[in-house]
Amino acid sequence: MSQQPYLHIPRPTARPGDKPDFSYLKLSPAGEVDRPATDARAADIEHLALKLVRVLDDDHLAKGPWDPGLDTETLVKALRWMVLNRAYDERMQRMQRQGKVTFYIQSLGEEAVSIGAGLAFEDGDMLFPAYRNQGLYLMRGTGLVEMMCQCLSNSRDMCKGRQMPIFYQNSKKNLFTISGNLATQYPQAVGWAMGAAIKGERHIAASWVGDGSTAEADFHYALTFAAVYNAPVILNVTNNQWAISTFQGFAGGERRPFAARGLGLGIPGIRVDGNDLLAVYAVTRWAATRARAGDGPTLIELVTYRGGAHSTSDDPSRYRPKDEWKAFPLGDPVERLKQHLARLGHWSDEQHKALEEEMKALVAEAWKEAISYGSLTDPPFLDVSLMFEDVFAEMPDYLVAQRDKLLAMQRQQG
Amino acid sequence: MSAEKSAVSPMSPGSSQMNSGSRQMNPGSRQMNMIQAIHSAHDVMLGRDPSVVVLGQDVGYFGGVFRCTDGLQEKYGEHRVIDAPIAEGGIIGVAIGLGVNGLRPVAEIQFADYIYPGFDQVVSELARLRYRSAGEFFSPVTIRTPCGGGIRGGQTHSQSPEAIFTHISGVKTVMVSNPYDAKGLLISAIESDDPVVFFEPKRIYNGPFDGDPDKPAVSWAAHPKGQVPEGYYTVPLGKAEVVEQGSDLTIITYGTIVHVAQAAARRAGVSAEIIDVRTLMPLDVETLRESVCKTGRCLVAHEATRFCGYGAELVATVQKECFWHLEAPISRVTGWDTPYPHAFEWQYFPVQQRLIDGIKKVMETP
Repeated sequence: MSQQPYLHIPRPTARPGDKPDFSYLKLSPAGEVDRPATDARAADIEHLALKLVRVLDDDHLAKGPWDPGLDTETLVKALRWMVLNRAYDERMQRMQRQGKVTFYIQSLGEEAVSIGAGLAFEDGDMLFPAYRNQGLYLMRGTGLVEMMCQCLSNSRDMCKGRQMPIFYQNSKKNLFTISGNLATQYPQAVGWAMGAAIKGERHIAASWVGDGSTAEADFHYALTFAAVYNAPVILNVTNNQWAISTFQGFAGGERRPFAARGLGLGIPGIRVDGNDLLAVYAVTRWAATRARAGDGPTLIELVTYRGGAHSTSDDPSRYRPKDEWKAFPLGDPVERLKQHLARLGHWSDEQHKALEEEMKALVAEAWKEAISYGSLTDPPFLDVSLMFEDVFAEMPDYLVAQRDKLLAMQRQQG
Repeated sequence: MSAEKSAVSPMSPGSSQMNSGSRQMNPGSRQMNMIQAIHSAHDVMLGRDPSVVVLGQDVGYFGGVFRCTDGLQEKYGEHRVIDAPIAEGGIIGVAIGLGVNGLRPVAEIQFADYIYPGFDQVVSELARLRYRSAGEFFSPVTIRTPCGGGIRGGQTHSQSPEAIFTHISGVKTVMVSNPYDAKGLLISAIESDDPVVFFEPKRIYNGPFDGDPDKPAVSWAAHPKGQVPEGYYTVPLGKAEVVEQGSDLTIITYGTIVHVAQAAARRAGVSAEIIDVRTLMPLDVETLRESVCKTGRCLVAHEATRFCGYGAELVATVQKECFWHLEAPISRVTGWDTPYPHAFEWQYFPVQQRLIDGIKKVMETP
């Protein structure tokens, strides 16, 4: 061991050209981790932050106390959402490559994080998603066309042209506007939850950040306020192993799981297999029940893998092995749920192929409609005066003057 | 291992000329874009001065999302070019501590739009260390950050927040407009014992941009400031540059808009004296005074929002210094006072036509 202070630089286990190595990932066998009562004292369940809650075993069967016992209909519904999520991502990624949209972020390999959690909430619960949680928008009833129009910044864009692609919102469905700034929404979710408690409502809030964003101060503000006020909130860390080029070690993941970040504050943490839809649902449901009953916040770490690039501006082949995802021990969430349903005798390869085709067609049809409402390059365009609206509730005189100046200039140029 | 690697010899590659302090152009010049010039400044300084350390998100193994530190970790070691957690406040706070301990940190904030979590460390700490400790402590931090729009980055990848930094007493503030200045000013910034916030308009990383998005992109190859010495040289902080001599009016600007102003002045058919402010704080008042007292007319332009923008300071300065020489009210062309919208990027951006209108306004007034 070293005899003097030294500067430790975290290093991922594999770089381009190396054999993927996930030996660092501590796994628990499916069904092994106990499921305490939802009103358990935080101090009595600290081990949940260090284990890994898994329901689906290697034979694709549900096992152990966390098996939520979802019926076949719900499982098929979940699979449909995940396949739709993937089909949507695939299409939008391709449209970015063709120059139709300026930017895109896919959630390849992380679909269960959104879909599994999304099944566990009630309509009145407020969600503060991160930019890789498009699944939540899809399943809460944001239409494909609506989401595509946002990405296109076209005449039907919900953000009126102000946001880059993928920064959705849906106030009617209690989905907050996504921020490009990292972890900023974490304390906001806590505040919303505190508000529900002040108002005496039983609604809860939930938010998501990535492993990398846990380094931001906002993450720690959120945990502190959640603990201090026993806020009815679920704070999720999607640990997809990579924050652009830096692996989760650069957010402190080498030392202790992210789920353990709340232990010092007395917030229970649960580390869960993020690619196991049943486990994600079960853990989220547990935390939701706990929060709704006044037993306070939970920090959930969802262990998954970022199957694609960070965004369409990123090239992961420069910093990680090309085939790393294939070697990820927790597999592909879509494949795992599919296999589970098949093992139960409720799903077949033919059905799955048909589902993929169905979703692809649905997405293609939606795209056809969305693009008919214009894009950044093709009309109809948004009215440029929208640029000046919503800076304030009412447009102050100086902005009216600026708007009129721009419009006059445009008229002059024809 | 890395520590040994970091004990650089003064003859290491990247510092081909060691006559330190020289402002002479070295014979070994080559064509560089702004990314390469900034990369070269890092390379030269890491090679010359073992106390220089670079830190930021993705700057190490990956070499930065804009490639400004590509290969430098491999060359200088993991203790000299350090990947950081995603925590801008942490990056700047840690940089201050490194600086207090005798190192010379260069911190990259991946986008200026993401600098705000580090703002308290800049305002309350970095800017005031020397003052509050009566000179006993200081930290020579350079904070580099890509800024500006024109890349379809929407409201979170397009901002120009220079004015909120120039408003702090105690940090120097730079915005560069070309590869030659970028390298020379970055070296000056790194060598400065005062903290410097160094803005790099990302739209002009790969080539000058005249404000017309419909034209094909051009590289720096044909631009004289795309010729950059390989080795050490400096461009001094606190000195503006007259990039074009003229007699009808003075256009005071910086960053991307320098190139837009040049194109607009040509189209407007006026003889414009164009000043690239380069260092916004401290401001080179003398160069502004000399020019505007000569031309008698002045247009101020920048990409950032107008209200309390840096242009307001320029206007006030020129008004005070040149009042009796002015033949028309000073005019301003800026971004609108809204967040930077994704869809209306080119209606927001001060394009040539808006500068031409501004020029006309200044010229027409009797």
